Amino acid sequence: MTDATPTHRAAERAARQSYGKLVAYLAARTGDLATAEDALADAFAAALASWPTGGVPQAPEAWLLAAARRRMIDIARRRRTSEAAADRLQLSADEAASEMDPADVPDWRLRLMFACAHPAIDAAIRGPLMLQTVLGLDAGAIAAALLTAPKAMGQRLVRAKRRIRDTGIPFRLPNRGDLPERLDAVLEAIYSAFGAGWPDPGGLDARRQGLLDEALWLGRVVVELLPEQPEGLGLLALMLYAGARRAARRSVDGDYVPLSEQDTALWDAAAMDEAERLLQRANRLGRIGRFQLEAAVQSVHAARRINGRTDWGAIIELYDGLLELTRSPVVAVNRAVALTETAGPAAGIAALDELSQDSRLSAYQPYWAARADLLARLGRRASADAAYAQAILLEPDVAVRRFLEQRRSRMRANFA
Amino acid sequence: MQYMLAIYGDERTAESTPREQMTEIVNAYMAYTKALQDAKVLVGSNRLRPTSAATTVRTVDGQTKVLDGPFAETKEQLGGYYLIDVSDLDAALDWAKRCPAARYGTVEVRPIWVM
Repeated sequence: MTDATPTHRAAERAARQSYGKLVAYLAARTGDLATAEDALADAFAAALASWPTGGVPQAPEAWLLAAARRRMIDIARRRRTSEAAADRLQLSADEAASEMDPADVPDWRLRLMFACAHPAIDAAIRGPLMLQTVLGLDAGAIAAALLTAPKAMGQRLVRAKRRIRDTGIPFRLPNRGDLPERLDAVLEAIYSAFGAGWPDPGGLDARRQGLLDEALWLGRVVVELLPEQPEGLGLLALMLYAGARRAARRSVDGDYVPLSEQDTALWDAAAMDEAERLLQRANRLGRIGRFQLEAAVQSVHAARRINGRTDWGAIIELYDGLLELTRSPVVAVNRAVALTETAGPAAGIAALDELSQDSRLSAYQPYWAARADLLARLGRRASADAAYAQAILLEPDVAVRRFLEQRRSRMRANFA
Repeated sequence: MQYMLAIYGDERTAESTPREQMTEIVNAYMAYTKALQDAKVLVGSNRLRPTSAATTVRTVDGQTKVLDGPFAETKEQLGGYYLIDVSDLDAALDWAKRCPAARYGTVEVRPIWVM
C-alpha cells in the first residue's frame, strides 16, 4: 500500500491478521460468504474513514466485527424472503450474545477452510476460494497468479460461494472418522495454490511470488489449529523446504539453475531448519502420509547443504513409499530420475520407458526433459532431439526453455 | 434444513432382478426408512411408478401438449425420494450414503428452497 499513514498501517495489519477470522465467524451461521465479505469490506472502509480522526480503537477486531454485523443486518433487512428473516433473527441473536463478550472473536478459520474444501465443491476452485475468503485476495490477483481470465475466476468464485450457502455446507470440523480424508482435501487445495506460485522463482511477477507466501500462511493456520495432524505438519515442512530454495533457482542473469547445481549457500537455512523440526514432529505422531514423504525427499536434498552429498538410495526408498500410496505417474518419473543417480542412465531410461504408455505423461514437461537428458547421455541423438523438442514445446517458463535449448545445443555439438 | 434424496436407478435392471434379490432390496429400504423414522429426520417418502407410467405436459405458444412418456430419456430414472430434515449438508450426505440406492443406483441430494 502506497498510502502508509499509521491508520492505514493499522487497518492493513488488522486486515491481514483478522480478515479470515472475521469472514469465518460472520459467515458461519448463515453460510453466506459473499454477504460476510461485502459487510466486512464496508467495515474496513468505515474504519479507514473514522480511525484517522477518532483514533484506532482498543480492540480493532471487535470494532470491525460489530461494524460488519450491523451491515449484515442491514443487508438482511432489505431482503424480503423468509430465509432472510431467519438470517436476521439469527444475526440479532448473535449480536445480543456478542455484547456479553465483545473482545474475543473465536478463530473459526479452519472451519471455513473445511467448507471451502468440501467434497461438494469443485476441487479446482477450492484453493482460490481459500485464498479469497481466508486471506482476502481479490479475484483479479488470484486469476493473475493462476494465469486465468479474471472475469471467469470471479464468476467461479461467486458460484462456489453460492453453492456453499445454498447446499448447506456446514462451517464446522468434520467428524473424527471423516477428518483425515477431509483434511487431505484442505491440504491439497493449499498445495495447489503453492504450486501455482512455484513456476515463477525469479520473482518476475510479484503477484505469483506472493502466492507462495499466501499458501505458506494457510499451511501455518492449519498447523496452528490442528497441531496433532502429521500431514498438516508434513505439508508445511514441504512448502518451507521448497520455498527455502527460491533464491537459488535462478542465476544473477535470470538463468534456470537445476537443483543439482544450486549453490546451497543461497538456500534459506532458517526455513529449512524449521521444516526439519516440523517433519520430526510429524514423524513422532506415527502416521505416515503423502506430504510427509514428499517433505522427507526434500529433507534429503536439503542435507546437501551440510554434508555436500545427496543420499539417492534414501530418495528412491521414499519414492517407493509414495508410489505405493499415490500410484502417481509424476512420482514414477521422479523415481526414474533418482534411479539414474544410483544405477546409471540406462536404468533410468528403462524405468521411463515403462511409463511411456501412460497418457497422463504425454503433456508432462519433466517426463520429456528427463527422457531427453538420459537419451542424450546414452548417445541416442535422434530420440533425444525429439524429446527435447517436446519438452521445450510444453514448457511455459522462458528461463527453463532457454536451459533446455542450451542442453540440446550442447548435445548436438557433442555429436557433430 | 430440508433435503430431498432423489433416488435414480436403471428401471430395466430392476425389472430383470430375480425375486430373491428384489426382496433383499425391499427389506433394505424398509430398514432404512425405519432408521430415518427412529432418528426423527424423516419428513416424507414415496416410491414412483416407472417412467412407462409417466405423462408429460408442456404449454408452448399457448398450446398445451400432453405427451406419453417421461420428461427426458435417461439411462437412470427417478424412482422415488426421501424428504429429510437435518442440520446441514454433511448430515444429509451421511444419510444418502446409507441409502440402499447408493448401492443399487444413484442418490442425488438437493436442498429444499424455502420460499
